[in-house]
Amino acid sequence: MQLEFSVDEEAFRLEVREFVAEQYPDDIRQKMLAGAAPNKSDYVTWQQILHRKGWIAPRWPTEFGGTGWTPTQCYIFEEEITAASTPRVMPFGLTMLGPVLMAFGSDEQKQQYLPSILDSSTWWCQGYSEPDAGSDLANLKTQAVVDGDHYIVNGSKIWTTYAHYADKMFCLVRTSSDGRKQLGISFLLIDMDDPGVEVVPIITNNGLHVVNQVFLKNVRVPRANLVGEEGAGWTIAKYLLGHERTVIAGVAASKQQMRRLKSIAGQELSEGDPLWHDARFRDRVAETEIDLLALEQTNLRVLCDESAGRGPGPEASLLKIRGTEIQQQITELMAETVGYYGLPYDKTVLMEGWGDLSPVGPDYAAPLLPHYFDWRKSSIYGGSNEIQKNIIAKAVLGLG
Amino acid sequence: MDYQLNELQQMLQQSVEKYIERDYEFSTRQRLVTSQAGYSEQNWQQFAELGWLGVPFSEEQGGFGGNATELMVLFEAFGKALLLEPYLASVVLGGQLLARVGSESQVQSVLPGLIAGEVKLALAHSEPQSRYQLSRVACEAATAGAGFKISGHKSLVLNGQTADFLLVTARNSGALADESGISLFLVPANTPGVAVRGYRTVDGLQAADVQLDDVALPADALLGELGGAYADIEWVTDQGIAALCAEALGCMEALQQATVEYLQTRKQFDVPIGKFQSLQHAAVDMFMALSQSRSMVYLAANKANAESVERRAALSAAKNFIGRAGRLIGQTAVQLHGGVGVSDELNVSHYFKRLTAINTWFGDDHHHLGQYSDRMLESG
Repeated sequence: MQLEFSVDEEAFRLEVREFVAEQYPDDIRQKMLAGAAPNKSDYVTWQQILHRKGWIAPRWPTEFGGTGWTPTQCYIFEEEITAASTPRVMPFGLTMLGPVLMAFGSDEQKQQYLPSILDSSTWWCQGYSEPDAGSDLANLKTQAVVDGDHYIVNGSKIWTTYAHYADKMFCLVRTSSDGRKQLGISFLLIDMDDPGVEVVPIITNNGLHVVNQVFLKNVRVPRANLVGEEGAGWTIAKYLLGHERTVIAGVAASKQQMRRLKSIAGQELSEGDPLWHDARFRDRVAETEIDLLALEQTNLRVLCDESAGRGPGPEASLLKIRGTEIQQQITELMAETVGYYGLPYDKTVLMEGWGDLSPVGPDYAAPLLPHYFDWRKSSIYGGSNEIQKNIIAKAVLGLG
Repeated sequence: MDYQLNELQQMLQQSVEKYIERDYEFSTRQRLVTSQAGYSEQNWQQFAELGWLGVPFSEEQGGFGGNATELMVLFEAFGKALLLEPYLASVVLGGQLLARVGSESQVQSVLPGLIAGEVKLALAHSEPQSRYQLSRVACEAATAGAGFKISGHKSLVLNGQTADFLLVTARNSGALADESGISLFLVPANTPGVAVRGYRTVDGLQAADVQLDDVALPADALLGELGGAYADIEWVTDQGIAALCAEALGCMEALQQATVEYLQTRKQFDVPIGKFQSLQHAAVDMFMALSQSRSMVYLAANKANAESVERRAALSAAKNFIGRAGRLIGQTAVQLHGGVGVSDELNVSHYFKRLTAINTWFGDDHHHLGQYSDRMLESG
């Protein structure tokens, strides 16, 4: 048993750290540190910097433009770019569609789509959930009917993150209503420029526009845009769920937020002393930090299994549940640190930071409560935590 | 990075698991609990023959050359067995402390007997008013001629009644809770002035309160430097914590397994009760606590010999987490078993009691949360 990173791995960590220090644009950095939301250009700018270095797709095989890193190197890389408060690399093309195309796509599809995922010239969004298909995803109704060389698609997708930025959408559609619901689902690539696609914003509880409802009305999609066989959509969707579990836990981001929490609690005063000196408050932070340590150690165990080619053990299934619970706990503590000054709300500040304006209260305070509200989403998205528990009960414990 | 046991550790694991399965059934264990001795001397001899009593000692000292990882392997199995023999008291606490601070002749006079199963030790440190504070030592040591005289009261001395030697802490200088001024003495249990009052604990194990009245000791009874025992007491406490965390893990595994089997077989409303979602989710909460506890047990074993600041933080984190996880798993296992979960006949209530006792030993989850929290403040 050897629980430390190797000398080479630590050297690699420094290499990543130095690269980020040199290349991360200061304007985006300032915005991120202020807790403001990155916009499309911020995301794309940072992703293209990583792409020019050849680091945009750590987990892709080298033949498709990946780095050839070990799972541990990928983990360290993720830790470092997160610790530096860089915008999250959008997962839709790079960690979702890319691996699907490599596993199920035709050679033409790989050639057509992978390069523009790597250089971020195409922004993808994910069309899974529907108004009547949330936890019961297989109940989806968006219909694709063959018409010559095309499918005609009708229906609606919901909670579509950044659909308003997207050039294309990968989508689960119903191609058959016979037999088991799961077997009539197909995986289709849709052009967002099609006149039948309408994107309607959904404003979430932080006042921001990130997710959307996407209406599809007689959208014509070439049959060549079908990924895998007709009816293989459910298999592909399940394949994606099993991917990237060690990232799902969000340990690196939570560690970063924990550092921020401590720093803010050191600046805020309570009864004339730093809030950080209040043992009643600090004990709650301590408990969360211990929970995060247990999650991190579990994450590393899964990572080691992956590195040794053993495949993830049953503990991998808890990472999403505990990871999101801890993220939510941190946002809650964070909002609590600032007391009254958590209450003032200004949407522009959430999007841009204070900029040249003089802040109301401490400059870090404004985003904290909106953040807390927003992060309630994390135990709902990606398969709600209750659905995750159903899956563990069945697949790991043999109940049900 | 690697979380796998090496070949020797795997062999040790197979050996102890085989032994537990064959010779330590729950019914056998329950007979031992009610026996006069409260454990089996014959088992103890077998531990000696299997080489287990020498596991954490260096090869020069006649041991196996293992460390906290080997102890972890043993204690996880001990947890599954609800083991009664005084391994923690005698080997982990007494033996390791002696081997760490004793002079060569002190070590040689006791350790070979311990490894051979002929001699048992116990650590007499905590006192009625000390609770979990390791530096709060009221027991006094005064110089008397060339030697010492010690007086005071030691409480909850694990397996104190079966020990041939007590390792006793007493204060030779400083105020009640000072870290300096605490000394450690090797005291034969039959020394005049030593009165041991043994009793059973809620989990079927044994401890003792020890009264020391003007116990006269020769100069060579002092282990290590006069007044300098505190750091070693902290160290050995962390060894005890690492071992207990592994033992708790074994208990939790047993409860998880028993509970899932019960959910699969017990029928109500004409279906196995494991079909009910509220019970499934409770079982998943147990599973998640168990999986993460395993991670913390590995961390505890790995940090048990790190430098003191890092070691203390990691061991407090582990003890806190395992304490909470053990409570959740113990309580949920009882709840999901329904009425039989509270019966004395079923092993479930005995694992629950052991987990509860383990949480208390060396500081409960609340205590270690405070330790961890205060350390966060100090480290900025």
